[in-house]
Amino acid sequence: MSAKAESTHKMKFWPGNVVIAEAAAAAGCNFFAGYPITPSSEIAAHLAAILPKKGGHFIQMEDEIAAMGAVIGASLAGAKALTATSGPGLSLKLENLGFGYIVEAPCVVVNVMRGGPSTGLPTHPAQADIMQARWGTHGDHPTIALVPAFHSEMFLETIRAFNLAEQLRMPVLLLIDEVLGHLSDGMIPPEPGSYEIINRTLADGPPEEYKPYDDSKGDVPPFLPYFAGAQWHTTGLNHDETGFPTTNPELVTRHMQRMMRKVTGNRELIDKIDYFMTEDAEVGIIAFGSTARAAMVAVKKAREKGIKAGLLRPLTIWPFPNRQVKEFADQVKALVVPEFNLGQIVYEVERSIRRDIPIKRVNKVGGVPINPGEILAGIEEVA
Amino acid sequence: MSFDYMPYMRENRLPHMWCPGCGIGVVVKSVIRSFEELGWEPKDIAFVSGIGCTSRAPGYLNVNTLHTTHGRAISFATGIKMHRPDKHVVVISGDGDATAIGGNHLIHAARRNIDITVIVNNNNIYGMTGGQYSPTTPLGAKAATAPYGNLEPSFDLAKLLIGAGASYVARGHVGNGRQLAKFIKDGFAHKGFSFIEVVSNCHTQFGRRNKMADPMNMVKWISDRAVPAKKFDEMTEVEQEKHFPVGVLHHDQSRPEYTETYEKLISKLRAEVSA
Repeated sequence: MSAKAESTHKMKFWPGNVVIAEAAAAAGCNFFAGYPITPSSEIAAHLAAILPKKGGHFIQMEDEIAAMGAVIGASLAGAKALTATSGPGLSLKLENLGFGYIVEAPCVVVNVMRGGPSTGLPTHPAQADIMQARWGTHGDHPTIALVPAFHSEMFLETIRAFNLAEQLRMPVLLLIDEVLGHLSDGMIPPEPGSYEIINRTLADGPPEEYKPYDDSKGDVPPFLPYFAGAQWHTTGLNHDETGFPTTNPELVTRHMQRMMRKVTGNRELIDKIDYFMTEDAEVGIIAFGSTARAAMVAVKKAREKGIKAGLLRPLTIWPFPNRQVKEFADQVKALVVPEFNLGQIVYEVERSIRRDIPIKRVNKVGGVPINPGEILAGIEEVA
Repeated sequence: MSFDYMPYMRENRLPHMWCPGCGIGVVVKSVIRSFEELGWEPKDIAFVSGIGCTSRAPGYLNVNTLHTTHGRAISFATGIKMHRPDKHVVVISGDGDATAIGGNHLIHAARRNIDITVIVNNNNIYGMTGGQYSPTTPLGAKAATAPYGNLEPSFDLAKLLIGAGASYVARGHVGNGRQLAKFIKDGFAHKGFSFIEVVSNCHTQFGRRNKMADPMNMVKWISDRAVPAKKFDEMTEVEQEKHFPVGVLHHDQSRPEYTETYEKLISKLRAEVSA
């Protein structure tokens, strides 16, 4: 077989949702619990077919809340667990997601975003759950959310989501939208071995002496699954290093601050940005996910018209890359922030740059994605 | 020789937070006795709960313990059992936790017939939050949120669970610990979804508002109304209203257990892949 024929043979035309399901399996995901919801359902359907073949488990739960609960339960028993949903489903999952943060259970939650609020536009895309991802569950908590834009990227970012969840012992969100979830695009799945798979660090030492929230070795306490002889206690109450509840202000503060430091102290691990034609850019665009695909076309068109435009595209939207956005803003004369909502991430941009330069918002709702022409018009307005 | 509960307990977590005379103690003792009699090792048991007084029980036991969100214990337990079908998974819950906010998980776990035991300490009230009426508060009984008497009819939990598909359903009460321990042990040993309702006393929140502030009075009130299921069936409707049936109310060993069915699917698919 010729090299070309071989690569054609390996080429897959998967919808984004199938890419995520395949990537999850490649990352070692061996447990999925979900509930049917458009436009994410294909992730569940695909994993229902492939997980049992690999010895993993799939279950369709009675509701979204139960799916999140089952995922955390499986994770505590040692599974690499995933759930997938859309905005209304994530709204329901949020209490248990917070439980995942406080007990530090590694897992991945996919949100295939659709129009909202409420039932909104179930079969149409949006990027309107960005602030929900960061602030949805109550109480202070760290957040990691990844926003891939391309099919090959969705594959690798799904694996990265699992790696970060395992490495930092916390839930990680993966946000795509209906366009990416349902669009079939050609990609060659990367060979196993070509990407890194990271599993949670297991505690050494005698299991009977295990402290589930031991912070003596760093901000990420080593893990021991249930049934390994440790008999540890897991609770959604604030707890000390032994896992048992405490209301001691110092211990609660120590626990909360360590939990936050897992993200603030590991930015080099978590941050990921793609810069597109930014070297000499005078008009800066900040966009992510499917909107960034339109923004890349707009950048090229602007340059054809003699406007030096460039795109900063975060692949990690939470924690927000405040420093990198400020540096970018310092380089350009004006910013354009297109997002498929009525204005969410632009507030983070404004907060980051703390400088008075024109910021053109390009916002859209209604289920039809932002097109390159609309972004170009924004660029021309501030150029 | 007296029974030694300590191998299954976290002695350093005592004293417990329950009121003197609380019915939960009888339930926890029965749970521990059953673990011991079945030879279940602490490391092989996951003991899962939600929110409320009863849901504090796992914290005192030296097994793998998970104190989850309000009403959701069974969903977490389902994830554990699916991933580790070889282990023992037990849920303990109160009537508000299991049958109001968690009602959906309860009936669906029963329908799947997944091998989890759910014990509901039914004291007819929300105790921890201050005595609000629950789905099992009797019609007319007083509660913090039913100052003129409860206007809502209550669930018959055993009937609800039989209807939902639980393959082992028993009802005991805190006035008869030995009988209760037998129901719990048989529920643990049963392969499939088992449900044990324990008619229990919250003299602090329920009793105080309903002329039974003394725990012994309230346990007597429970014991006097408990009759064996057979005897209950022979009663007139008027007599039945003053009593409740206890015993193994349903036991069906023919229904396939969910995780066993799933493991068979895995074996079949894996054989096809390697063939």
